[in-house]
Amino acid sequence: MPPNPWFTTLRTLGAWAAALLLFFPLGWLFLTAFKTELQAIAVPPLFVFEPTLENFGEVQRRSDYLLYARNSLITSVASTVIGLLIAAPAAYSMAFFRTKRTRDILMWMLSTKMMPAVGALLPIYVLAQTAGLLDSLSALTLVFTLSNLPIMVWMLYSSYKDIPNEILEAARMDGANLWAEFRHVVLPLSVGGLASTGLLCLVLAWNESFWALNLTSAKAGTLATLIASYSSPEGLFWAKLSAASLMAIAPIVVFGWFSQKQLVQGLTFGAVK
Amino acid sequence: MAYLQLKNIHKRFDDVHVIRGVDLDIRQGEFIVFVGPSGCGKSTLLRLIAGLEHITSGGLTLDGRDITHMPSGQRDLAMVFQSYALYPHMSVYDNMSFALKLAKVPKDQIRRKVAHAAEQLKLTPYLQRTPRELSGGQRQRVAIGRAIVRAPKVFLFDEPLSNLDAALRGNTRVEIHKLHVELGATSIYVTHDQVEAMTLADRVVVFKDGVIEQVGTPLELYDRPANRFVAQFIGMPSMNLVAADAIPAFSARSDGRLPVNGFLGVRPEGLHVHAAEGGEPGRVELIEALGADTLIHVEVGGVPLIARQNERTPLRVGDAVRVELDPTQLHLFDAQGQAIAHPETVS
Repeated sequence: MPPNPWFTTLRTLGAWAAALLLFFPLGWLFLTAFKTELQAIAVPPLFVFEPTLENFGEVQRRSDYLLYARNSLITSVASTVIGLLIAAPAAYSMAFFRTKRTRDILMWMLSTKMMPAVGALLPIYVLAQTAGLLDSLSALTLVFTLSNLPIMVWMLYSSYKDIPNEILEAARMDGANLWAEFRHVVLPLSVGGLASTGLLCLVLAWNESFWALNLTSAKAGTLATLIASYSSPEGLFWAKLSAASLMAIAPIVVFGWFSQKQLVQGLTFGAVK
Repeated sequence: MAYLQLKNIHKRFDDVHVIRGVDLDIRQGEFIVFVGPSGCGKSTLLRLIAGLEHITSGGLTLDGRDITHMPSGQRDLAMVFQSYALYPHMSVYDNMSFALKLAKVPKDQIRRKVAHAAEQLKLTPYLQRTPRELSGGQRQRVAIGRAIVRAPKVFLFDEPLSNLDAALRGNTRVEIHKLHVELGATSIYVTHDQVEAMTLADRVVVFKDGVIEQVGTPLELYDRPANRFVAQFIGMPSMNLVAADAIPAFSARSDGRLPVNGFLGVRPEGLHVHAAEGGEPGRVELIEALGADTLIHVEVGGVPLIARQNERTPLRVGDAVRVELDPTQLHLFDAQGQAIAHPETVS
């Protein structure tokens, strides 16, 4: 059946409308970041104006953007690396040395993600407090690692599952021990899965705000806390809030843009045998 | 003296008793083929020998060394898998040299061995390609090459040809045979294809339900099957089996050696179908003209039988015919299905 031209037009319009609707807040944030506070609250809204970089300087002066950026970088990278180091062998054993309980363990790990984070807030806060780790990068890294671990194990598990068991058996016959098998066969074959898992967890940790807001303040705060600090009792400064937000999300957006290809490749790696 | 010796090997997977006491002595340089219907345990036994599964009880010695619980990599065996199991991210060269690299063999030696094996298998032009750039037959040759370069004590083949199309299967079978003659290596080959079993094997091991039914040369199994199962499993089409009381005139040909509740077996080429007088009356049910020979399905006294002859036949479906049986080609089985030795074949 030839496609109905009306249907095609409607579908295209619908897709554009949905895309614009989703993009609008982000686009507006971008514009507002380059306005003065007065222009930001102007009615009717301004679409054409003379852009200013004043807000960015103001944000750096008022709240040391670079410190927050550094904290975000450290916690997200560290939690991703530690998470991969734990998740890779865990997923490996579950994928290649299955027992009757493997499925249950995987489901149990996933189920922890279904609990609202706030449910664990009190115990974790008290634990961090008792250990003297409030407002520290190590506590935040640990929490990020643990909260992303189930997803990492699941993603790596499914990427390992795509490796035929016979290839590993062939390696064993060829004299490979566990480490050689992992290093020469599993790792190269799952590098796409490892990369996409790492990228996803990096983004998740970077964007995390609940634990960052509750466990840190001035010293170990991440960019999420920086943004939050701009909605203060003194009132909302839209332009500065937008500038701070833009500065917080820019690195990860740029990073995501460049790693898009790897990400997509990683997610479809197993499909091409 | 046995080179590879299997002593009372058992394997259980939870409650399932898959291998139930296998004893087998394999001599150096022998080509052994494991056959049997699917689920008979032949592949499992191969995996036990390879060390890819743990032996529940029993012992395995290779060249005087107890390898029952040794890791696969230390057993000095090489395996060719049904799915080839090549390393997809490595070139043909790297696939073939992987084991030697792990064993820390000097680089120039590796290069020499791989080059030699590649030449034997006509893989030299493809050494830098990855497996996905090769055809099925070429991949299978790489898998074989990967085994050859290691010069293992025993080659294990797990249905290596079943992923190839019919024409290629024939060619590769011949290549494997030539290679075996050339290398003189001890080999164990698992298949459910009896043409492979009959053409490749020095000795065939027939399995059923995790036990060995018979071990012998291909022609021994064909000419003197130890029981009904082997008689029917080996040979294409299967041996005709007739209950002792089904066609009395046939049973009478056994000179009274056939027990009342026994079975009479005769291979299709031991039956002669013709329109002339003599023999039992029957009716042609189906004719399969294969060119080189002709299969005639007939019904005698309600029993379906198959006869094979080299000549073409003028008979038509539905024709009334006479069926005669060659008394020198009789196989007799008792009620339990065990063969009753023929006086002339007992040596």
